[in-house]
Amino acid sequence: MIVRIATEDQYRLPDADAERLNELDNQTVAAVEADDEDRFHALFEEMLQLVRTDGHKLSDDELEESDVILPPPDLSFVEAANEFTGDGLIPD
Amino acid sequence: MSTVIKAKINKMLDKAEDPSETLEYSYAKQMELLQNVKKGVADVVTAKKRLQLQQQQLEKQVVKLDTQARQALAAGREDLARTALERKQFAQTELQTLDQQVVELEAQQQGLIDKEQKLRSKLEQFRTKKEVIKAQYSAAEAQVKISEAATGVGEEMADVGLAMQRVTDKTEGMRARASAMEELEEAGAFDDNLSLTAGQDDIDRQLHELTSGSQVDDDLAKLKAELGSGSTPSPALEEGKRSDQPTRPGA
Repeated sequence: MIVRIATEDQYRLPDADAERLNELDNQTVAAVEADDEDRFHALFEEMLQLVRTDGHKLSDDELEESDVILPPPDLSFVEAANEFTGDGLIPD
Repeated sequence: MSTVIKAKINKMLDKAEDPSETLEYSYAKQMELLQNVKKGVADVVTAKKRLQLQQQQLEKQVVKLDTQARQALAAGREDLARTALERKQFAQTELQTLDQQVVELEAQQQGLIDKEQKLRSKLEQFRTKKEVIKAQYSAAEAQVKISEAATGVGEEMADVGLAMQRVTDKTEGMRARASAMEELEEAGAFDDNLSLTAGQDDIDRQLHELTSGSQVDDDLAKLKAELGSGSTPSPALEEGKRSDQPTRPGA
């Protein structure tokens, strides 16, 4: 699966990571809903690291649409609160 | 959450109906983006220079206020020493923020340049690929394949646009903060002309609120220890008294 970290890069990840990513995403949304800023930053950072370490950057000659787009790494807590609707990473 | 971002990006794409038009559309859009990125980088450089100038001024003030605190304490004016230390503390906090902002701006500047280069090479790739696809596939297949590649390029463009937007927002935020700092300087928050006259009350009150009292207490205790608490009047006393004359260097 192809994941883009907005404003950063696109990565190709093993499909097996989708479940873990979705789980982290749900927890991140829950942290925002619980108004827990520290937990939000920790979880969001974990998501970014999962993509960066497990994924391989797409080269410049690959023109692919992303399956998933993560928000920019410098996303603030306030922005996250505005952005998140409670839907998970992968829509039902 | 991520799905929300994705929906937004798709909306930004404004895809051409005919994928073969996408190349032309992409180039026109790319030229627009290129101008924006250039302007964005220039704005970042300007903001950075301004912050660096503020850093230099604050560094001078920190040294000066430290000297004044020593002079005041040596002269037995603990009240003046405290005021000087409060101002020093405030200036140091601002300096830390400025340091972080300069580092952040440098990263943003580099990030924008990288994104722009990536988009250029993706567009070039798209142009080449399109010709290859047209030569190798049937018309219907080529249509699908070119469309896929166009989506990839479109997403990259939308992402460069988003990166631009974020840099612009941040630079504006820093510019506003820099202006606020300059106003504060003009109002005398870092003025080296220390006195406890009534006219200074407003700034002093703000400084009391802004600076952490305990840090100032610690600094004061440290200074006292350095100078020896029952210090006898020294030449510094003369310096201390003279400090109500304006001695701003080159400002």
